[in-house]
Amino acid sequence: MPANGGGHAAAPPLAAVGGGRRGAGRWALRGAAFGYLALILVVPLGMVGWRAFGDGVGPVLDALDNRFFLHALWLTAIITLITVVANTIFGVAIAMVLARRRGVGGAILSALVTLPLAVSPVIVGLALVLVWGRQGWFGGALADQGIQVIFALPGMVLASIFISLPFVAREVAPLLREIGTEQQEAAATLGASPLQTFRRITLPAIRWGIAYGVVLTTARALGEYGAVAVVSGHLLGRTETLTLHVEDRFQAFDIVGAYTAALVLAFLALLAVVTMHLTRPKESRS
Amino acid sequence: MSGRLAALRPGLGPLRPRGFGGPLTLGLGTCFLSLIVLIPLAAVIWRSQSDGADTFWAAISSPRAVSALQLTVGISLAVALINTVMGILIAWVLVRDRFPGRRLVDALIDMPFALPTIVAGLTMIALYGPRSPLGVDVAYTRAGIALALLFVTLPFVVRAVQPVLMELDREVEDAAASLGAKPRTIFLRVILPNLRPAVLTGVGLAFSRALGEFGSVVLIAGNVPFKTELSSVLIFGHIESGNPAGAAAVSVVLLAISLVVLVGLSIGERMGGDRAR
Amino acid sequence: MPSPSRLRLPFVALACLAALAVAAGCGGSGSSGGSGGTTLSLVAYSTPREAYGEIVPAFQKTAAGKDVEIQQSFAASGEQSRAVEAGLPADVVAFSLEPDVTRLVKAGLVAPDWNAGRYRGMVTDSVVVFVVRKGNPKQIKTWDDLIQPGIQVVTPNPLTSGGAQWNVMAAYGAQLKLGRSDAQALDYLASLFDHVVAQDKSAREALQTFLGGKGDVMLAYENEAIAAQQAGESLDYVVPDQTILIENPVAVVSKSQHLPQAQAFVRFLYSPQAQRIFARRGYRPVVGAVLARFTFLAPPALFTIADVGGWPSVRERFFDPEKGAVTRILQGQAPA
Repeated sequence: MPANGGGHAAAPPLAAVGGGRRGAGRWALRGAAFGYLALILVVPLGMVGWRAFGDGVGPVLDALDNRFFLHALWLTAIITLITVVANTIFGVAIAMVLARRRGVGGAILSALVTLPLAVSPVIVGLALVLVWGRQGWFGGALADQGIQVIFALPGMVLASIFISLPFVAREVAPLLREIGTEQQEAAATLGASPLQTFRRITLPAIRWGIAYGVVLTTARALGEYGAVAVVSGHLLGRTETLTLHVEDRFQAFDIVGAYTAALVLAFLALLAVVTMHLTRPKESRS
Repeated sequence: MSGRLAALRPGLGPLRPRGFGGPLTLGLGTCFLSLIVLIPLAAVIWRSQSDGADTFWAAISSPRAVSALQLTVGISLAVALINTVMGILIAWVLVRDRFPGRRLVDALIDMPFALPTIVAGLTMIALYGPRSPLGVDVAYTRAGIALALLFVTLPFVVRAVQPVLMELDREVEDAAASLGAKPRTIFLRVILPNLRPAVLTGVGLAFSRALGEFGSVVLIAGNVPFKTELSSVLIFGHIESGNPAGAAAVSVVLLAISLVVLVGLSIGERMGGDRAR
Repeated sequence: MPSPSRLRLPFVALACLAALAVAAGCGGSGSSGGSGGTTLSLVAYSTPREAYGEIVPAFQKTAAGKDVEIQQSFAASGEQSRAVEAGLPADVVAFSLEPDVTRLVKAGLVAPDWNAGRYRGMVTDSVVVFVVRKGNPKQIKTWDDLIQPGIQVVTPNPLTSGGAQWNVMAAYGAQLKLGRSDAQALDYLASLFDHVVAQDKSAREALQTFLGGKGDVMLAYENEAIAAQQAGESLDYVVPDQTILIENPVAVVSKSQHLPQAQAFVRFLYSPQAQRIFARRGYRPVVGAVLARFTFLAPPALFTIADVGGWPSVRERFFDPEKGAVTRILQGQAPA
């Protein structure tokens, strides 16, 4: 693994720029960067831990044992799992199409895949209610059949899939483009079935792209609030994810409970971030 | 490439790989995208005008909606610009400097992406609200909104600029230095122009994100119309107060702005050739 | 490529956590809905969570409530009402104000005779009060004090929160009680909203905002002030001389799959036991016998929603999403 980027071994850092009077310049830059990061990032995170343990360890353990917390944790895990599986399978499929199609079709597809990154979560919630709510396009007919989408698990899963859709596709597509179709064509000539080609040739090449995309998807799905807030219905112990549970505890005057759940989420985020760091494609890493 | 292989099998024409990537995959992928993305968004667009053009226009031109939009776009732009400057600076320190814990700091940059927005909002209120241990109270003000948005858009410019900074050819900088150019000149004339496509991508993503942000601002903003009400909160208010047409109308405006930014990003990506997250 | 061994650890950690989460959840959610029991869904407005937290177990100890599990949801009254209309499963609804039930009657989800009973469908009462900091440092006692320069008011968003609508009608009605004209009362409302510094979507969220340190005074249900005090928050509340009698409805959803149990639950809410629980939690009971045993302050100029025109006309005049007076005030236009 390269220690610095670009392979320029000899040049000392900051030699040409910002290092004229090397000491002062470098420290000024560092100070600005660290100060900003501390203010915007580190201290807020520290607050979560501080507030959670404000009354000591006991209440935190109680909060972790609370049945609404446990259910929210389970619900979040289930939703995230379904989301990751769906977005991985379809993400790879879409990436394959993206890799092969150039021109207008490819551009439209690419824009569609990137769209969820630019849509506000509340718009996602509104859109889902308009389609799947009782007065929505499909919701009425489904309700008559007894199928509940909005205010139940399916609706929340749909919201989650929407907002985390782009990641796997966008990570895998460039990799597919890079490796090209040569090897797959060769395999086809030699009589390999599509499945064999995929398993032996395509998959190994895109493995780390998928891994990184999966981590991004997981992190994004875990942390979603706005979209699920609209489609959840706030049924305690039934349709509250971990993020909604944080809000619920807050409103029940349970500050320790709220910050404990927030701490769990922050910890999961930290885990995701570390994994992101380790799986990030080589050229993006310092 | 396929031509070469085709030469190996004369008479059979260009070789198209069977299976994945072909029409079936395209069909499945399109179905998935339609169900998940296209149809819901189409429903929003349809609903915004299904009560008539007058209702649509009234909803988006009401003083309250206009004020919310101005506030949203204004703050998002300001935040994107601040994070551009700070993002370049942080990326610089991360790439060009060496200090203990650098990898940890590098990893932490992604925290705002992974941290749930509601948690970010809670911490912002706890830290910069009325009971702030730092004595800073900007909750329920525009400064508070900006602070929350700075948090969530932090990673975009940093991550967009980092790979480009790493690939930069130092020799040009060294040459300029040896010719007597001052560090500031080198930065402005040599480095910055190379960063521009990446910076624009980062700014576009940061702006898009800030435009629609909800979870982290809804707690700290105060949501008072004309003072601290963002478009995303206005949309939420319309949804919850039984005005889906109004909600859809304001949504369409936000979507349109996002679309413009997206298209710009797309074009920029093709020109810059780098992969944006 | 990152080396596989380094990579494995975080994934293993994530996988362990996921397994733990599922296991924990199975343990946690396994206890819901015992064998052969029914599950009711109670959709309520934001404030009575503590009260129902006590009432539901009490109901489950009765014969009618045996083996009945009750899932609860608390959020802003308007929000909940619309959610039920849009498909949120509900067997019993408990809202802040009558129009939120009327909406469901129009949608065919609640029977038109839901309020034909003795208590007209209302299960608890309250009044609008001023919640202030401990010791009332700014000496806020009257409605005119609210619009003094520099006073910051917290009230929820009237278009989503039932509590906010009660607040607005209390303010309007108080002006009339003070002898002012309708036009002057509307002007007062406009001035009042000038002083509002935060608009949360529900009464409970507004309380959290106020408790977080924002604002000098909050307009709230009396029961919210009491709930906060019972939760250990240090604040005081002032019952203004002129204020409105808040009446909170409860109704059975006629499309419920468990009609007998739902009706039994609603009946239980009127029992002395449940009404006492409400009273201890700060609500004014509707059952006279129970009310007599508690001391609630009686404001000299108490009025009801009927005195200011009744909900149907009030909703149209003040809260219509396009033309209502409050909507116009929030839009920055003149109220009338």
